[in-house]
Amino acid sequence: MAQTYRKMLVDPMVDNNPITLQVLGVCSALAVTSSLQVAAVMALAVTLVTGFSSMFISAIRSQIPGSIRIIVQMIIIASLVIVVDQVLKAYAYEVSKTLSVFVGLIITNCIVMGRAEAFAMKNPPIASFIDGVGNGMGYGLILLLVGFFRELFGSGSLFGITILPTVNNGGWYVPNGLLLLPPSAFFVIGLLIWGFRTWKPEQVEEREYRIQTVEAH
Amino acid sequence: MDASGEPQFTPEMNPPLREDTSVPPRKGPIRRFLDTPPDNTAKTVVIALGLCLVASMVVSAAAVSLRPLQQENAALDKQVNIVEVAGKYEEGMDVAAAFAAFEPHVVELDTGAFADGAEIEGQVLDPLTFDDRAAAEDLTLSAPLDDDPAGIGRQADYVTVYLLKNDDGSLDKVILPVYGYGLWSTLYGFIAVEEDGNTIYGLQFYEHAETPGLGAEVDNPRWKALWRGKKLRDDEGDLEINVGKAVTAAGPEYHVDALSGATLTSRGVDNLVRFWMGEAGFEPFLERVRAGEI
Repeated sequence: MAQTYRKMLVDPMVDNNPITLQVLGVCSALAVTSSLQVAAVMALAVTLVTGFSSMFISAIRSQIPGSIRIIVQMIIIASLVIVVDQVLKAYAYEVSKTLSVFVGLIITNCIVMGRAEAFAMKNPPIASFIDGVGNGMGYGLILLLVGFFRELFGSGSLFGITILPTVNNGGWYVPNGLLLLPPSAFFVIGLLIWGFRTWKPEQVEEREYRIQTVEAH
Repeated sequence: MDASGEPQFTPEMNPPLREDTSVPPRKGPIRRFLDTPPDNTAKTVVIALGLCLVASMVVSAAAVSLRPLQQENAALDKQVNIVEVAGKYEEGMDVAAAFAAFEPHVVELDTGAFADGAEIEGQVLDPLTFDDRAAAEDLTLSAPLDDDPAGIGRQADYVTVYLLKNDDGSLDKVILPVYGYGLWSTLYGFIAVEEDGNTIYGLQFYEHAETPGLGAEVDNPRWKALWRGKKLRDDEGDLEINVGKAVTAAGPEYHVDALSGATLTSRGVDNLVRFWMGEAGFEPFLERVRAGEI
């Protein structure tokens, strides 16, 4: 059993990553990755919410009426998100101001719902918790990777510490302004997916169609 | 035992199960409820209500227990913004100590006079504890607005302003609270005005929920820097400060370029600055500043 738990935790990092393989939760990944600190807090928040929502949903899974299943899951997820938001406002005010609406939007993050519906409704609480934490961490890993590139090349710093002194502050590095804007995360995530699939070719999706070659007569 | 050595089952060794199956053990109401199939209508309603009750208790417990910390953070954040709008903020400084240099005063907007310690219907206006937000909601301390370009509904009769003085005791800057509606939210901020009562030193918002990347660029240091040195009124005393796409006839020293991609937020900022700097806002107070009375 310990082996399966470990697998559940590690699997979503690379082999079954929610962002790069399942391409879920991209919306918030675009918005919160312009700096590493914000990305790290968001990753932590999503990990906690996915873990605990999966655990609570799994604990009452045999009692959840099928007709209101999704609503029940949403109530549990939404309550946890509000609690996380309140805690951030109390203990990390500056970060919570930067994250603003995106903490609230964890509710609509497909990864959380996806794990609740696909895993927690059919598996015991501990396994569901680990699965949720694993998926949250898989999401967080990509967030941190994207945040690393965007902050380093967009503002010349990591976690707010200057690495490449920018021209505006009397240094030599001309920052890439595009990387501070949300669309740049598309490029970074796209390159990451390309990288992951080159490294693990089994992640490449099968083609839905194949171009036919027509022989000339 | 028979000759084969196999044990033979006798009624004593294998008692009938009749007693167990004929009378099922009595179940408590909770057990019976849990065993009901989940798709039973009554059970669906009970589960839905119960879950809502539990969830609301968890949420309100978190909100209530964390509120003091959140309010402390919000208060400190406001102080940081007052210090910052006056250009005195440095990373990692002791904000509370720096904030002590600012003198809070309650000002009566109609007359522009200080109303520190005045008593209005049993409420003493103490500048240290006066709550501008609560005052704007208080029926005895505020009045509804007929002409309301800033979209604030009611305006308080009294507000807290902060004075920053030079070492010799002369006035350096006044910091005035302003707020108004943008696109999605009310923007709360401060305007720092120089001792001449007409030159803006800075504008800074400390609370808003405008679109990140577009309207939220009101926090962009480069845009905020545009405000420094802008004039409120021309030589005739007409209010000319504006935020917009094109420079107005009054000239560039009265114009702040609008945020690109954030027309409605820029319009909101334009309205709120013009409202609060106008006759209904701080004009009586700024007149006193210009006359050197403060």
